[in-house]
Amino acid sequence: MSDWIEVGTIDDIPVLGARVVSTADGNIGVFRTADDEIFALRDECPHQKGPLSQGIVHGNQVTCPLHNWNIELDGGEAVAPDEGCTASYPVKIEDGKIFLSLVAAG
Amino acid sequence: MKEKLVLIGNGMAGMRAIEELLDIAPEMYDITVFGAEPYGNYNRILLSPVLAGEKTIDDIMLNDEQWYADNGIALHKGKKVSTVDRRNRKVVAEDGTTEEYDRLLLATGSNPFIIPVPGHDLPGVISFRDIYDVDVMLESSKKHKHAVVIGGGLLGLEAANGLMLQGMHVTVVHLGDTLMERQMDAVSGGMLKKSLEERGLNFLMNASTEAIIGEDRVKGVRFKDGLEIAADLVVMAVGIRPNMALAESVGLHCERGVVVNDTMQTYDPKIYAVGECVQHRGETYGLVAPLFEQAKVCANHLAKMGIARYEGSVTSTKLKVTGIDLFSAGDFIGDDTTEDIVMQDAGRGVYKKVVLKDNKIQGAVMYGDTVDGAWYFQLMRDATDVSDFRTALMLGQAHLGDSGHGGNTAAANMSDDMEVCGCNGVCKGDIVTAITTKGLFTLDDVRSHTKASNSCGSCTGLVEQILASTLGGDYSAAPHSKPMCKCTDYPHDDVRKAIKERHLISIRAVMDSMQWKTVDGCASCRPALNYYVMATWPAEAKDDAQSRFINERAHANIQKDGTYSVVPRMWGGLTSPKELRAIADVVDKFDVPELKVTGGQRIDLFGIKKEDLPAVWADLNAAGMVSGHAYGKSLRTVKTCVGKTWCRFGTQDSTSIGVELERLSWGSWMPHKFKMAVSGCPRNCAEATIKDYGVVCVDSGYELHVGGNGGITVRVTDLLCKVETEEEVYEYSKAFMQLYREEAHYLERTAPWIERVGLSHIKQYVEEDADNRKALAARFDESQKYAQIDPWAERASEGVAEHEFTSLKQIG
Ligand SMILES: Cc1cc2nc3c(=O)[nH]c(=O)nc-3n(C[C@H](O)[C@H](O)[C@H](O)COP(=O)(O)OP(=O)(O)OC[C@H]3O[C@@H](n4cnc5c(N)ncnc54)[C@H](O)[C@@H]3O)c2cc1C
Ligand code: HEM
Ligand code: SF4
Ligand code: SF4
Ligand code: FES
Repeated sequence: MSDWIEVGTIDDIPVLGARVVSTADGNIGVFRTADDEIFALRDECPHQKGPLSQGIVHGNQVTCPLHNWNIELDGGEAVAPDEGCTASYPVKIEDGKIFLSLVAAG
Repeated sequence: MKEKLVLIGNGMAGMRAIEELLDIAPEMYDITVFGAEPYGNYNRILLSPVLAGEKTIDDIMLNDEQWYADNGIALHKGKKVSTVDRRNRKVVAEDGTTEEYDRLLLATGSNPFIIPVPGHDLPGVISFRDIYDVDVMLESSKKHKHAVVIGGGLLGLEAANGLMLQGMHVTVVHLGDTLMERQMDAVSGGMLKKSLEERGLNFLMNASTEAIIGEDRVKGVRFKDGLEIAADLVVMAVGIRPNMALAESVGLHCERGVVVNDTMQTYDPKIYAVGECVQHRGETYGLVAPLFEQAKVCANHLAKMGIARYEGSVTSTKLKVTGIDLFSAGDFIGDDTTEDIVMQDAGRGVYKKVVLKDNKIQGAVMYGDTVDGAWYFQLMRDATDVSDFRTALMLGQAHLGDSGHGGNTAAANMSDDMEVCGCNGVCKGDIVTAITTKGLFTLDDVRSHTKASNSCGSCTGLVEQILASTLGGDYSAAPHSKPMCKCTDYPHDDVRKAIKERHLISIRAVMDSMQWKTVDGCASCRPALNYYVMATWPAEAKDDAQSRFINERAHANIQKDGTYSVVPRMWGGLTSPKELRAIADVVDKFDVPELKVTGGQRIDLFGIKKEDLPAVWADLNAAGMVSGHAYGKSLRTVKTCVGKTWCRFGTQDSTSIGVELERLSWGSWMPHKFKMAVSGCPRNCAEATIKDYGVVCVDSGYELHVGGNGGITVRVTDLLCKVETEEEVYEYSKAFMQLYREEAHYLERTAPWIERVGLSHIKQYVEEDADNRKALAARFDESQKYAQIDPWAERASEGVAEHEFTSLKQIG
C-alpha cells in the first residue's frame, strides 16, 4: 500500500516508552513494549482526552497519566471496568524502521 | 490434556477460588462444578435485603449460568454429590452423575443448626440459609400473620427485620439476655434491642424453647416456663455447623470442620477445601472476608504457584439492618489483663468501647456512631501501639472530618442522592448499586467500578462504611499482609527488606528476585520500586525514567490540557530582581498564559508546551534558578516567615534557617512529597505545624515538629523535641528525612507513616539515640551527593532525555 509513512526507528523510542507523531489533526502516540512491539494510538484517552503517550507502559498496556485508566495498546480498548476506546493505527517494522498508516484501524 | 478440577459446592467461597484461579491461570484446568442448589452462584449475604424487599434474586446473582458457559465451566446445578471415590479420583452425585478429577475442591459451606425439639420438622419451620428459605418466608408472609424467630444473633435479627418489613408481626426469641452476644456487650446489645423495639419488633429474652406445636403446620411455640405464643412461621437462626458430612464419610480428617493446612490442603493432597466447611488452625469462619482470603490462597496453590499462605483472619461485623449502626471486632469483652476505654452518650444514642492490652487494641464494640470502626479495626490488625494518642482514641480519627464531602461523616445517615466523592461526583446510591449489582467486595473493587475515593482519597472512610454496611463486614485483607499491588504477593516492607538484604539495584533485579507476576509490573509498582532501589542504593541504582510518573519524567507538572507548569526554586521563599526579570522575560518570550504565586512561596508558570520546556529552563537557569521539584515525590518547598531580621516578634533568623534547610535538602527523592517551614516565633506565620518538618523558633532555641499535613486530611504536627542550636536543626532534619526515606511505603506521607509506626519510634531513632541520628544524617548526605543535580540544566543544555521533548515526526 502506498500510505505507509516512515516515522523513525525503533531505537528512537525508549523501551517501555512512547513518542509523539504530530499530524494535522492531532497527535498519535507511538509506543514500544519490553519485547520491542510497536503500537500506535491516537494520543487521547477515551476518558477525558489525557495524552496517553505520557503514561507508564507495562505489558501491552499504557496507564493514562491523568486518572490512571489502563488502555490496551493493541486496539486502544480501555481495560475493564473502564469503558471506551481510542483509535489505533496500523504499524509495520522493516529493518528497524517504523511505518505508520494514518487510516485508523478502529 | 488439561488436568481436571472438580468443585463441590457452588457457593461463595468455592466460586471465589475458581474466579481467582481463572485470573491467574485461565488455561490450566478443565473445571466442573457441582451445586446442590438449582442456581448459579449468588451472593448469600444479600439474602437479607431480598427478604426485606430491597433487592431481588436477579440483583444478587454473582455468576449466572451464562457466565459458566462463557468460561467453559461445566455446571451440574441441583446435583448433590453423594460420595467421592478417592482411590480412583471420582466424584459421584445422587443422580449418578460421575466426574473424574486430578484436583478436588470442597466448599460445602455449613448447615443451619436446627434445635431438635418436638415439632422441629413441621411445615412452616424453616432456617435462613438459601434462596429456598427466603422463598418460603416471602410466601408465608403473604398468607400468614405471626412469625417467631428463634435466635437473636446477626442472622435472626436480619430475618426478623425482613419479615417485619413484609408486614408480619415478629417476635424474636433469645436464650440469653443480650442480643448478638457474640458481637455486642450488654450495653450496646441493650441499645440495639431498644431501637429494634421502637421499629416494631418484639423480644422474648431468656426464653428456652421446649416444643414447636401444631399438627399439619406450625401453630405456636411453647417455652420451658410454660408460656405459649402463636406462630404461623418459625425461623430457626441459632447458629451454623460446618457441613463436613461428605468429607467425613469419605474418610478425610475432620474435627469441627474439614481440617486444612496453611495452603488450604486437606489430609488428602489431591483435595483442597475452602469456606465455612473448613477448620484452619483450630478456627472456623462464618463471614465472607476470611473465606475470600482462603480462596485466594487456594487458587494460588491450585495454579501451582505455591507461594501464598493463609494464616488466619481477624474479622469485624456490622448488622445489615438499614438505619442501625453497630460495629464490633475482636475481643471486646476483655479480662483481667486488659483495660477498657468507654465512651457513652445516652442522649445521642452513642456508645463506644475499646479494649486494650499492653496499649494495643484487642477489640472494639460501638453503637450509634461507628465512624471510627474501620480505624480501630486497622489499628487492631496492625497491632499499633496507641500510647502516643490514647487520649484522642475515643474522640476518633479526624479523617472523616476531611474536606470534599460536605462534612458528612456517617454514611448511614446519608440519603442515596448525597455526594460521597466530591472529586468524581459519585453519590451514595451509585456506590450501593454498584456493590450489589456488580458483586463488589473490596475497596479496590468499588474504586475501579465507581471511581469513588479513587482520586484524592478523602472519602475513603465513607466508602468503607458504605461497603461494610451493605455487605455486613470489613472486606479488606489485613493491611500488614496486603501486597504492594496486583503484580506481587509481597507487601511493601518485605520488598524494601529484600532490596536491602539481597543488594538489588534495579527494578528488573527486584522483579526477578521476588518472582513478579507480571512481565514488567504496572503503573503502581514500577514507580515504587524505582524509588526503593534508588533510596537504598543511591550510588549504584540507576534512575529508570520509564518508571516515573510523567511529571517526574518531564520535570514539570502535566495539566489537564496536556501542557505543563514550571515552578523554579526560590530558596526559602526569597527572590531577587534578577530572578523576577528572568521570569517576566520567559513569560513574554513563550507566551505563558498564566502566572501565579503558589502557596509554597514561589511562582508557577502555567500553560507551557512540552517542547518549549528545555528552552524555558535554559533561560531560568541563566538567571541562576533551578528546578523547584514542584512535580515530584521529593522535597518541595521550605516556607519561611520574615523572622527577626524584620519582624518585631522574631526570636531567630527563620529566613536564613529556611534557606539553609532548602539548600541541604533540595533534589532529594522521597516516598511522597515533603514540605518544610520555619517560623520565627510561636505566632507561626509560616504554618510550620502543618508541615512534614516544621521549625518553630523560640527565644531559647528551636522546636522541631514532624508529621503535619494540610489539605484533605489536616493533621497538626507532633512535637519531636526542642533543640538549642541551628546545627541541630539541620542534623535532626536530615535524620528525620532519612528515616522517612528508608522506612515509609511509597506514596505514604509522613503523617500516616508516623501514625502507623508511632511517634515513639521516630523519637527513639532521631532524638534519643545520638549515634543513630548521626548515622542517618550521614546516609542522607551521601545520597544527596547523587541527587543534587539540577534536572533542568541537564535537559536544557546537556541534551539529557532529548527524545522526551521532541516529537518523533511531524506529518502534514
Ligand atoms: C442470610 C445470611 C446473611 C449473611 N450475612 C452475612 C454478612 O452480612 N456478612 C458476611 O460476611 N457473611 C454473611 N453471611 C455468611 C456468608 O454468606 C457465608 O459465610 C458464605 O456464604 C459461606 O460461603 P461458603 O462457600 O463456605 O458456603 P455457601 O455459600 O453456603 O456455599 C456452599 C454451597 O455448597 C452446596 N453444597 C453443600 N454440600 C454439597 C454437596 N454435597 N454437593 C453439592 N453441593 C453442595 C450448598 O448447597 C451451597 O450452595 C450470611 C449468611 C446468610 C445465610
Ligand atoms: C492530596 C492531594 C493533593 C494533590 C493531588 C495536590 C496537587 C497539587 C498539584 C497538582 C500541584 C501543582 C500545581 C501545578 O503547578 O501544576 C500542587 C501544588 C501545590 N500544593 Fe497541592 N496537592 C495536594 C495536597 C496539598 C496539600 C495538603 C497542601 C498544603 C497544605 C498543598 C499545597 C500545595 C502548594 C503550596 C502547591 C504549590 C507548590 C509549590 O510551590 O511547589 N497541596 N498541588
Ligand atoms: S512567626 Fe513570628 S517572627 Fe515570623 S513573621 Fe510571624 S510573628 Fe514574625
Ligand atoms: S491545585 Fe490542588 S486543590 Fe486545586 S484543583 Fe488541583 S489538586 Fe485540587
Ligand atoms: S483522561 Fe485518561 S484517565 Fe482520565
